[in-house]
Amino acid sequence: MNKTNYQVERSIPLSDSVTSRRSFLVNSALGAGALTLGFHVPGFAKDKPKASTQGQEVEVNAWVVIHPDDRCVIRIARAEMGQGSSTGLAQLVAEELECDWQKVSIEFITPGQNLARDRVWKNMSTGGSRGIRESQEYVRVAGAAARTMLIQAAANQMGVSPSELSVSKGVITHANSKRTLNYGSVCADAVKLTPPDAKSIRLKKPQDWQIAGKGVRRLDTAHKVDGSLKYAIDRRAENMLYAAVKASPVFEGKLKSFDATAILKKRGIKSVVKLDDYAVAVVADNWWRAKTALEELPIVWDEGQNGQVNSQSIASHLEEGLRSDKNVFADTNVGQFSQAYAASSQKLEAVYSTPFVTHACMEPMNCTVLYTPEKAEAWVPSQNAEAALAALSDATGLPLEKCEAYNQTLGGGFGRRGGPQDYVRFAALVAKQYPGQSVKVLWSREEDMTHDYYRPIGQCLLQAGLDEKGDLSALSIRVSGQSINAYLAPHNIVDGKDRRQLQGYWPEPGDAQFGYSVSNLKIEYAMRNTHVPVGAWRGVNTNQNSIYLEAFMEEVAKASGKDSLAFRRALLRDHPKHLRVLNAVADKAGWGRTLPSGVFQGIAQFMGYGSYTAAVAEVSVNNGKVKVHRLVLATNSGHVVNPDQVAAQVEGSVAYAFDSLQAQSSVLNGRIVETNFDRYKITRMVQLPKIETVLAPTFDFWGGVGEPTICVVAPAVLNAIFKATGKPVRSLPLQNSGLELV
Amino acid sequence: MSKLNINGKVHSIDVEPEMPLLWVLRDELGMTGTKYGCGVAQCGACTVLVDGAPVRSCSFPNAAAQGKKITTIEGLSPNATHPVQVAWKELDVPQCGYCQSGQILAAAALLKSNPHPSDEDIDQAMTNICRCGSYRRIRAGIHAAAKTGKGVPSVIHMVSAASLLGEGVAAGNNQLASANEVCSSHTGCAQEAQTPCAANGFSSNCV
Repeated sequence: MNKTNYQVERSIPLSDSVTSRRSFLVNSALGAGALTLGFHVPGFAKDKPKASTQGQEVEVNAWVVIHPDDRCVIRIARAEMGQGSSTGLAQLVAEELECDWQKVSIEFITPGQNLARDRVWKNMSTGGSRGIRESQEYVRVAGAAARTMLIQAAANQMGVSPSELSVSKGVITHANSKRTLNYGSVCADAVKLTPPDAKSIRLKKPQDWQIAGKGVRRLDTAHKVDGSLKYAIDRRAENMLYAAVKASPVFEGKLKSFDATAILKKRGIKSVVKLDDYAVAVVADNWWRAKTALEELPIVWDEGQNGQVNSQSIASHLEEGLRSDKNVFADTNVGQFSQAYAASSQKLEAVYSTPFVTHACMEPMNCTVLYTPEKAEAWVPSQNAEAALAALSDATGLPLEKCEAYNQTLGGGFGRRGGPQDYVRFAALVAKQYPGQSVKVLWSREEDMTHDYYRPIGQCLLQAGLDEKGDLSALSIRVSGQSINAYLAPHNIVDGKDRRQLQGYWPEPGDAQFGYSVSNLKIEYAMRNTHVPVGAWRGVNTNQNSIYLEAFMEEVAKASGKDSLAFRRALLRDHPKHLRVLNAVADKAGWGRTLPSGVFQGIAQFMGYGSYTAAVAEVSVNNGKVKVHRLVLATNSGHVVNPDQVAAQVEGSVAYAFDSLQAQSSVLNGRIVETNFDRYKITRMVQLPKIETVLAPTFDFWGGVGEPTICVVAPAVLNAIFKATGKPVRSLPLQNSGLELV
Repeated sequence: MSKLNINGKVHSIDVEPEMPLLWVLRDELGMTGTKYGCGVAQCGACTVLVDGAPVRSCSFPNAAAQGKKITTIEGLSPNATHPVQVAWKELDVPQCGYCQSGQILAAAALLKSNPHPSDEDIDQAMTNICRCGSYRRIRAGIHAAAKTGKGVPSVIHMVSAASLLGEGVAAGNNQLASANEVCSSHTGCAQEAQTPCAANGFSSNCV
């Protein structure tokens, strides 16, 4: 292991220096990838539908099950963590299926089923705002294929050509003879037919949609208002055991020893279990007893050199990367930045910084495992159920075929539960000690916030040159900070270039394109890693990169003497979709309208997850108290499957965006300081402004929705603060500048 | 053995008196609608009503609840018919839903003491954390349950594909262009919208 304070202060690849813990976490995270590579992935048409084993329902194909009474069950492979895509995906299937929406329900498939059927449901991983955009085509094709077969079956029964039939709400009509047949009455015959060739299927145009594109109610709300929905944490079983866990509070520290003598005498305590080489679990008959005993357990840790690290030393480490030539690459380098900057009439330079922040899913990390030497089952809240299955197999030593994971509705995901399945591993390791008995491992909130995969810390040096007309002639962006890929997915770093950290600054169109045209433009990344684990935090690197860019552009706009909107519009001239969404938000917000005294507007735009976003914030600042009065948030996500749920995501994005402004996970003596909500500044209702959603779809692409608008909120607010105070806020959280969101 | 009156039913329990009510409910009695979120009375996911008042059960010793009437989400109403639950369904308030048992009980307690709360009253009373950010709809849901007239659905401005730039993409493909809920693009939507639109849960002031 590297002996410096920064264990990932190392050249790429990391394979020679990863710790054993990181290695298994990464392997677990990659488990689903291994499944992908290891198994043939056929099209739906090649998959043989499974005969019904209970009741008389018929699986028309992998995605569509129809009951004789016309009830329609639509299968969902992606995780539901509140983002609503299970309803959206059902809308897309139902749209093509032409069934009665009032008779639709959803059913989540398991990774074991997916594996057993050659991954007929394809990718189950749910992150990167991909739930709908990545699966919309094949689920719609499946819906259309099922419809085709149902119509053919009806045609056969009626003795007519399918072309003479029409279908609406699951009722097939032969207009000439006025005969009708319901889906429920033909589904048993339909399943015997050969599925149509996927290439022959023509999907509906969005303007013809009747179910998709509409703000229908979610299919999963009822059980969330009466306490009946069972999350993974709610798993109950006969003779169940409960475990609380504690890992070395200093990342990558080791467990040296513990003395269980005293706590084993306490009521309900069953055992104390060492987990790998860095964590311990107390097992009891009630979780509170386990947690209370764990707090009393004397533990000796080997903290290693990381016990010396603190936020200040990390900041110095990143600062070095702002001007260093070492371990830096330029992703964009057009024109001649240095010469143009030197020749510019007006020069601006600023350093911005963003802290580590934590996910804090409302449902803390947990998993319940029932292990026997013949089979292992896990009840999980995972964003990637196949990775959970792989982690279960890895930890129990049982082959994948003898494992199953039942993914429940997640109490929040936000990226925390998509990569390493550490909570699954812990539960499996404890459960292996108790064959035949279900064991629920639940992390306390403190443990959850002490062992996260934090949003990467970063700093950014920005330099801009204006020519004599006040136009931006040169721009340089140097990001220095931690890399998610270096920690979790080193294989994504190609030729030493970790492009992911420059999300939103990429020149190529499609996912997260830089929108401004500057003739001399340089964009670089200096990888500076720390010992703190990092991962995807809803919106990932768009959050920090949008703040650096858009807050600095506000400084440049002011220096140029131009209006914030007009300045940006001119620079977006080559990127009409970026420009269009900016125009849309300015229009709906009433950019430049007369505001109450003391209220100021800020504006920002950015692209991520295939969608274009922009925001206007209306903010006042009084004695350091920042009040956001109104937010108008615009997105062009290409298509809108459910406008009401897109609005829910846009509104919801404000909570994480406000975290971006006010929260931080700081480091002292190698460990995280803010370990519960009493110290971590988390977004509360009182801080929420009026929020308006602007939907501006152009119907020529499919973008994501769950993450994109988060990244424009914080810079829009910062730019309004700048207008209000005349001082740019460059260091987050806001408290660093004596400001507080109220 | 001691007794707890939960949702009108008396349960006998044999636990340490200091065990928080939350863990009696969840691990001893199997009533999992009440959630664990922080353990330090900060997030409100564990909110229950004790003699009608909202209490954070993660930090409330079960002994302190003895002799009192405890209401959990499972017992708030038969068939989820409490006005707050009805409003929650109508407005699709929950996202992941994990915090909503606590939010609903906190909201029910607020409306009992203050049947017609203002936004400020709601903000003061509703300190529960929601990480999905359903706060806007929680506020709207409380107004809807209280019938204050401010329980409006989300404010959504639709911008047609062809507007703003006259960009030649997918001409005519705005699936919503023929429906009434579309608000055409024009400056003047600047005031905060409060008037609901006709269809599909849309609300906009710029129709």
